[in-house]
Amino acid sequence: MIDLRGVHKSFGSNQVLRGVDLTVAKGQSMVIIGGSGTGKSVLLKCVLGLVTPDAGQILVDGTDVTTSDRDAFLARFGMLFQGAALFDSLPVWQNVAFRLLRGTLKRPKAEAREIALQKLQRVGLGPDVADRLPAELSGGMQKRVGLARAIATDPEIIFFDEPTTGLDPIMAGVINDLIREIVVDMGATTMTITHDMTSVQSIADHVAMLHDGVIRWTGPKDEVFDSTEPYVTQFVNGLPDGPIATLR
Amino acid sequence: MIQFLAYIGATALGVAAALGRLVLFGIASLTAIVRPPFYLREAGLGLLNVGYLTLPVVGLTALFTGAALALQIYAGGARFNAEAVVPQIVAIGMVRELGPVLVGLMIAARVTSSIAAELATMKVTEQIDALVTLSTDPLRYLVAPRVLAGLISGPVLVAVADALGVFGGFLVGTQALDFNPTTYLRNTVDFLTLPDVTSSLIKGVAFGGIATLMGCYYGLNAGRGAQGVGAATKSSVVAAAVLILAANFALTAVFFTA
Repeated sequence: MIDLRGVHKSFGSNQVLRGVDLTVAKGQSMVIIGGSGTGKSVLLKCVLGLVTPDAGQILVDGTDVTTSDRDAFLARFGMLFQGAALFDSLPVWQNVAFRLLRGTLKRPKAEAREIALQKLQRVGLGPDVADRLPAELSGGMQKRVGLARAIATDPEIIFFDEPTTGLDPIMAGVINDLIREIVVDMGATTMTITHDMTSVQSIADHVAMLHDGVIRWTGPKDEVFDSTEPYVTQFVNGLPDGPIATLR
Repeated sequence: MIQFLAYIGATALGVAAALGRLVLFGIASLTAIVRPPFYLREAGLGLLNVGYLTLPVVGLTALFTGAALALQIYAGGARFNAEAVVPQIVAIGMVRELGPVLVGLMIAARVTSSIAAELATMKVTEQIDALVTLSTDPLRYLVAPRVLAGLISGPVLVAVADALGVFGGFLVGTQALDFNPTTYLRNTVDFLTLPDVTSSLIKGVAFGGIATLMGCYYGLNAGRGAQGVGAATKSSVVAAAVLILAANFALTAVFFTA
């Protein structure tokens, strides 16, 4: 479904991705782990075309993302951003129904609002929040609204960028469970980036570890906790000593 | 010596590249205004922000400037017995120069800064990326409506500033300097020509466009974090003010010396 081949990306002299090879099968929940600043977000943005790779190829269903019709391509995707990235000036329901109110997927306003309310309900939010502005919501509620927006058009592929960052453990658990439920219900292909091993446990089918711009290890979720690969062992167990350099 | 020359060369190339990016951004933005999809709600909000909400500051600025100008011309004219030219000089000064320039600078101060800060914050919080993933072109959704609002609001604000500036001079002239109201108004109207007014309104279009374009350009190209937002806001206002003053000189040269 999603195939990354030798993806490179640098920002000035900072080589972020140094040849990423990764395959995500259809319907699979792939979680990419790695320390902060290892290029996980850049990797997702490369797939979406928000960042242009310097070299390499990204294929979705065998089609190079650079040659596909941009609108049709993006219509297949949903994304939950790290800080939810809700539009401050729009009420919650218009954030959720953003894609349904304009462009090729445009629906009548009443229908778009109805769908938005359904999606909000799906993520555990009542109709009372629909007309509030994002700034009036807590961090956890904003994440839920972001999640509702990501699934508003029932996309085939959903990306989650650090879905539990900044949330308390209970809310993080709720978001993880919601993601898992939604992914199973929709049968979507997902890529999640995180450094939260609880999220890995809850969300993943497969796990890949990104470090120093390359995928160091990839395999089924059950194997990640027993892996003998030194990078994975150090990261999963949170060890200060190992091949991953740490600052003290 | 070679290092010095290399520094000059690198700086020149940097300035040329920045100018090139700015020109390309301007062309893309103006093209986006006339190419669908059109976002009418955003254009309406832009007109409200750039035009209607800027009216009070523009009006007050023009009124006080026109009043002060009348006092200055009266005092200066008295040195060579030319006090009677107050209505004519206030009219020509406000309509040809001060009205458009003050409006441009007021839009730069109030609107350019707010556009830059808003878009920079949207960029820093990934809202611009979110727009793209939702199949919406930021240039058409965010930039085109704001620039269109600047192009429409600029001449309207200039017309208001011209009128209120002249009115400020009229108030001072008739209430403090003992001018006859009818004579003052007749001298003002008789002295102004159509090119004075049209050049003023054309400057309004140009300055409104420059001010909103600079806000959008620096907002969308902001760096990271709060510092990036602050730097984008500051740079946008400086660039808008300088470009407006430079454009004013160029347009004045075209209109009145050609």
